[in-house]
Amino acid sequence: MYALIVFLPLIAAIIAGLITLSGAMKTANAPAAHDDHHHGVSTSDRLSQLVTVAGVVTAAALSVAAFIDVALNGNPVTLDLFTWISSGDFTANWSLRFDTLTCVMLIVVTGVSSMVHIYSIGYMSHDPDKPRFMAYLSLFTFAMLMLVTADNLIQLFFGWEGVGLASYLLIGFWYSKPSASAAAIKAFLVNRVGDFGFALGIFAVYVLFGTVQFDTIFANAEEVSGATLVFLGHDFSALNIATFLLFIGAMGKSAQLGLHTWLPDAMEGPTPVSALIHAATMVTAGVFMVARLSPIFEYAETTLAIVTVVGATTAFFAATIGCVQNDIKRVIAYSTCSQLGYMFFACGVSAYSAGVFHLMTHGFFKALLFLSAGSVIHAMSDEQDMRKMGGIAKMVPLTFGVMVIGTLAITGVPGLAGYYSKDMIIESAFAAHTGVGTYAFWMGIIAAFMTSFYSWRLIFMTFFGAPRADERTMAHVHESPAVMTVPLLILAVGAVFAGWFAVNWFGGNYEEMLSFWNGAIFVSENHQALEHSHHVPEWVKMAPFVAMMLGLALAVLMYRLVPSLPRTLANTFNGIYRFLLNKWYFDELYNAIFVKPAFALGRGFWKAGDGALIDGVGPDGVAAACRNIARRVSALQSGFVYHYAFAMLIGIAALVSYTIWKMG
Amino acid sequence: MSEWPILSIITFLPLLGAFFILLIRGEEANVARNSRWVALWTSGFTFLASLMLWINFDTTTANFQFVEKAEWMPGLNVSYHMGVDGISVLFVILATFLTPICILSAWEAVQKRVKEYMIAFLVLETMMVGMFSSLDAMLFYIFFEGVLIPMFIIIGVWGGPRRVYAAFKLFLYTLLGSVLMLVALMAMYFDAGTSDIPTLMTHTFSYQAQLWMWLAFFASFAVKVPMWPVHTWLPDAHVEAPTAGSVILAGVLLKMGGYGFLRFSLPMLPLASETFAPLIFTLSIVAIIYTSLVALAQEDMKKLIAYSSVAHMGIVTVGAFTFNQHGLEGSIFQMLSHGVVSGALFLCVGVVYDRIHTREIDAYGGLVHRMPGYAVTFMFFTMASVGLPGTGGFVGEIMTLLGAFEANTWVAFFASTGLILGAAYALYLYRRIVFGALTKENLKNILDMSPREWLLFAPLIIVVFWMGIYPSSFLDIMHASVLHLVNQVETAQAAAASAAQLAAN
Repeated sequence: MYALIVFLPLIAAIIAGLITLSGAMKTANAPAAHDDHHHGVSTSDRLSQLVTVAGVVTAAALSVAAFIDVALNGNPVTLDLFTWISSGDFTANWSLRFDTLTCVMLIVVTGVSSMVHIYSIGYMSHDPDKPRFMAYLSLFTFAMLMLVTADNLIQLFFGWEGVGLASYLLIGFWYSKPSASAAAIKAFLVNRVGDFGFALGIFAVYVLFGTVQFDTIFANAEEVSGATLVFLGHDFSALNIATFLLFIGAMGKSAQLGLHTWLPDAMEGPTPVSALIHAATMVTAGVFMVARLSPIFEYAETTLAIVTVVGATTAFFAATIGCVQNDIKRVIAYSTCSQLGYMFFACGVSAYSAGVFHLMTHGFFKALLFLSAGSVIHAMSDEQDMRKMGGIAKMVPLTFGVMVIGTLAITGVPGLAGYYSKDMIIESAFAAHTGVGTYAFWMGIIAAFMTSFYSWRLIFMTFFGAPRADERTMAHVHESPAVMTVPLLILAVGAVFAGWFAVNWFGGNYEEMLSFWNGAIFVSENHQALEHSHHVPEWVKMAPFVAMMLGLALAVLMYRLVPSLPRTLANTFNGIYRFLLNKWYFDELYNAIFVKPAFALGRGFWKAGDGALIDGVGPDGVAAACRNIARRVSALQSGFVYHYAFAMLIGIAALVSYTIWKMG
Repeated sequence: MSEWPILSIITFLPLLGAFFILLIRGEEANVARNSRWVALWTSGFTFLASLMLWINFDTTTANFQFVEKAEWMPGLNVSYHMGVDGISVLFVILATFLTPICILSAWEAVQKRVKEYMIAFLVLETMMVGMFSSLDAMLFYIFFEGVLIPMFIIIGVWGGPRRVYAAFKLFLYTLLGSVLMLVALMAMYFDAGTSDIPTLMTHTFSYQAQLWMWLAFFASFAVKVPMWPVHTWLPDAHVEAPTAGSVILAGVLLKMGGYGFLRFSLPMLPLASETFAPLIFTLSIVAIIYTSLVALAQEDMKKLIAYSSVAHMGIVTVGAFTFNQHGLEGSIFQMLSHGVVSGALFLCVGVVYDRIHTREIDAYGGLVHRMPGYAVTFMFFTMASVGLPGTGGFVGEIMTLLGAFEANTWVAFFASTGLILGAAYALYLYRRIVFGALTKENLKNILDMSPREWLLFAPLIIVVFWMGIYPSSFLDIMHASVLHLVNQVETAQAAAASAAQLAAN
C-alpha cells in the first residue's frame, strides 16, 4: 500500500505521457494545413485527465490512511526496494521511509496535488496540450513523493532533482513563448547552484559518517559533532560546514535570499503549476530537508544561526518587494518567498515543528490564493496586471469569497490556519533568546505587517473599486466552472481549519507534540525555543496581531480611502519605490556579474584560447603562430575582459596545483 | 566456454565480415544494400558474442579472464595475449554495442562508397575490441594505433567540407602523443624484459624511470581523452566527421585515453601517478570550467557537444587519479555512460542534419511543433548529459565527485561547478533547437523520427535508464578489479613512503 502512494502518480504520468506522445505524433504527421487545433476535449484528453486524477486522488486517500497508521498510531515503516548505487562501503538504496514527518508531507503533497489536478481540468480547458500538462503534474507528484519518502541523501537528491526537472518542464510548458523557456532555464540553473552546495554537503556527510543512510547518520550525530573537516584548505567544525553546504541546496530550492531570483520568473508557468510547485510543495522541500536533518543541524550552531538570519532576512526582503508589484501572481510569488523565510527561521531557532506546521498551513492557504488568482485570471481573459482589474467582487462571488478566506488565513487572523503557525514561529524566535532569534522576531513582525498590507492590497486592487479593464473583458467576466471552484472550496476548508485542527500536534501541547513526532524531528535539550514560546510576555503574543491590523489599516487607507496616496508616495520616495519595483536589482546584478561574463568568457576562451593560442602555437604551424603572437601582443592592450581572465585562469591553475602539490 | 577463444572471435569477427563485404561485386545499388546488411549482421553477432563475456564473467576475481595466449615473437618475448578484467570488459561491450547502432544510423545518410564505409567501420570495431582486450603491450600498441587508420579515413572521405584539415589535425595530434608512448613502451620492455601487461603490472620501475615513462604515456593518453590544452582536435574532428564517426569517436575512442591511464599509468607507474596527480587535477578542472564556458558560446551543434565531451572527460580524469574506489569506479562508469549519452546526442544531431543539412544552431528552433518524438528523445539525452539522477550520467558523476572530495576538497569544489555549467550549455542548446515558435520556412514540413531512427534510440534509452536506476549490473563487474588496482597503487605508494622514511633516518 505504501509503495502505491509513491508509484501510482508515476504510472499515471507514464500513461498520460504516452497518450501525449502518440497524440502529438499524429498531429505532427498530419498535413500542415490542419494545424489549427480544435480546442475541444478529445477522448485522449479525457483519458489522460481521468488516469492522472485517479492516480493522485487514490494516492491522497492512501496517504490519509498512512498518516493515521504512522503518525497517529505510531507505526513508522521503511520499505527497502533494491540497491541503487553500491561501491565499496558506499551504499545508497532505493527505499521508502514513512515516519511522521514524511506522512505530514504526504498529506500536503497528495492533498494539494489532487486539488490542482482536478482544478487543471477546468483551467486548461482551452489549452490543446492537456495530456502533456497532466503528465507533467503527475511526474512532479511522483518526484516530490520520492523526495519526502527518501531514506538516504542520495535518494533525497533524486527527488530533489526530479522535482527540479518537473518544475523546468512546467515553467516552460508554453514553449513557444521565449520568456517561458528563459524562465525555465533560469529556474533549473539557479537550482543547480544550490544543488552544487547540496552535492558537496552530501560528500561531506559521507566523509564524516561513512554512510548516506539517515538512521545511521542520526545515531552518530552527537559523536561526530566535535570533529573537524578540512574544506578548501581551512579547518571547519565538521557538522557546521556539512550542514551549511546542504543548506545552500535548501536555499536554491526554497528560493531564499540570493538564490530566489528564479521563483518570480517561474510564474511564466500555468497558474495551477504555481500553486502546486511554486507555493505548496516543491519550494518547501528545503524546509523539509532541514527538518529531516534536524539531528545533525542541531549540532551545528553556526549553521543554525545562518539559517535564522537568511530566513528572517528573506521574510523581510521578499515582503518589501511584494508590496509594490502589480502582477497578481508575482505578488503571491514574493509572498511565498517571504513565508518560506518564516519557515526557515523557525528551523533556525530549532522550532522545526513550527516550521513544518507553517509549511502545512501555508500549503493550503497559498495553494488556495494561487488557484483563486488563477480563477481571477481565467475570468479576466488571461489578464494578470492588477492595475487592469478591479470591481469584480460581485461578478465572481465565490472566487472572491475564498480568496478573502485565503487572505485572512495568510495574514494570521485569529482562528484561521496562518494564525496558529505564524504566531508559533514568531513567539519561538523571541523565546530563543539569542541575538539572531531576536533579529528574526523583529523581522517576522515587520514582515507580518507587510504581509497583511500586500495581501489586502491585492484584494482591493483586484476586486474593489471601479473596473479598470476594457469593456470587452468586463463583459466576459464569469465565475469559474465547478471543476475549478470545488477544489477552491476544499482548500478553503483547509485554510480555515488546518491550524486549529493540528495545532496540538505541532507544538500547541508539548507532550502531544513529542508523541506525534515520535522522534522524526530531533531537538537538542539546549534548544527549547518552541517550549519556551508558551511563556513569552503578553506583548509578544499580541505583536503579530497588531502588525496585521496595522497592515490592513494601511491597505484600506491607501487603496480604499485615499486612492491617490500610492502614486503620491511612489513619486515622493521614487528611489525606494524603483528599488523595490525592480526587486532590489538582483536580476540586473546577476546578469552583469554571472551571465554576461560567462558568455563573454566562453567566446573569449574559444576564439583567443583555443583558436589563437592553442591552435595557433600548435598544429597550425609555426608560421601561423608567429602571426598570431604578433596579433595577440597588440591585443594585450585591447581591454577585452577575457584576455585578462584567461591570464588569471592560468594563474589560478598554477596556484591551485602548487597548493595541492604542497599538501600532497 | 574456456575452449572457445571468445575474445579472438569478438575481435576478428568484424574483420571477417569486412572481408566478405570486400568480395561483394555487382551493381552499385546491390553492393550498397548487401554491404549494409552484412555489416549489420556481423556487428550484431559480434555484440551478441560479447554478451557472453558479461554473462560468464566471474565478478569475484580481479584476475584476467577469457585469457588466450599464443607465441608470437618468441625470441623477443612478445606474445599474442588476450584477456579482460573488470575494468576492460565493459569497454569491449560498449564498443560492440555502439557499432551496430552506428551502422544502422548510416543506413540512409551514407550513399556514396557504402561498401568502403562499412568495411572501415568493421575494421574499426576490430581495432577497438582488440585494443581493450590486449594483454601484451606490443599488441596493444598495434591496435591502439590501428584505430586511427579507419577513423582517419572515415573523417577524411565521408566528412564535411573541411574534412581533410580535421583528419590531419586528428592524426598529427594523436601521432605525436603515440610516438612518445611507443618510446615509453620500449623503455618498459627493456627494463622488464617483456611486453606482457600482467607481468609489467607487477614489475617495479625506479622512480626516475616512472616519471619519464609517465610523461610519455601522458602525452598519448591526454590527447586521446582529450585533456585541456590538447583538445582542439576534437571539435574539428567531430564537426567534420559523419554522424556515425562522431558517435564512435565520442562513444569509444575518447575512452581509450582514460582506459590507458587505468591500464598503464596507475598500476605500472603508481609513484609517478601520485606525483603528477595535481597536474591531472588542474588540467581536468580547467577543462571542466573552460570548455563548459566555450560550449556555451558555440553556434554549431556538434561543436557544442564536442566541447561538452571534453568537460565530461575532465570528470573522468579527476576520478581516475583520486586513487580510491569511489573515484575509480565513478570514472569508469562515467566513461561508459558518457559513451552512450554523447553517442546518442550526436545521433540526435544527425537526425536533424540528415533533414536540413546544417549544424548551425540558429537555423533551427521550434522543432517540437513538428517533431514531438524527437523532442522527447533529445530532452531525455540532454537530461542524461546534465546528470539528472535516474539516468546513467548521474551515477558516474556523483561517485567521481565523491571520490574527489575524499581525495581533495578543492578538486571536488571546482569539479562540481560542472553541475551548473553543464546544465547551462545543454539546456541553452536544447532551447534554441527545440523550443520557441516554428518560424523558419524550411522547418515547417520537417518529419519526425522514422521507425529506423526510433530503433536506433530505443536501446540507448533503455541502457541509460538501466545505468541510472540499477547501476549495480555494471558496478558489480568492476568491484574486484578496481579494488585490486586501488590496493596495488596504495601498496606501492606506501612502500615508497616507508622507504623514503628509512632513507631519511
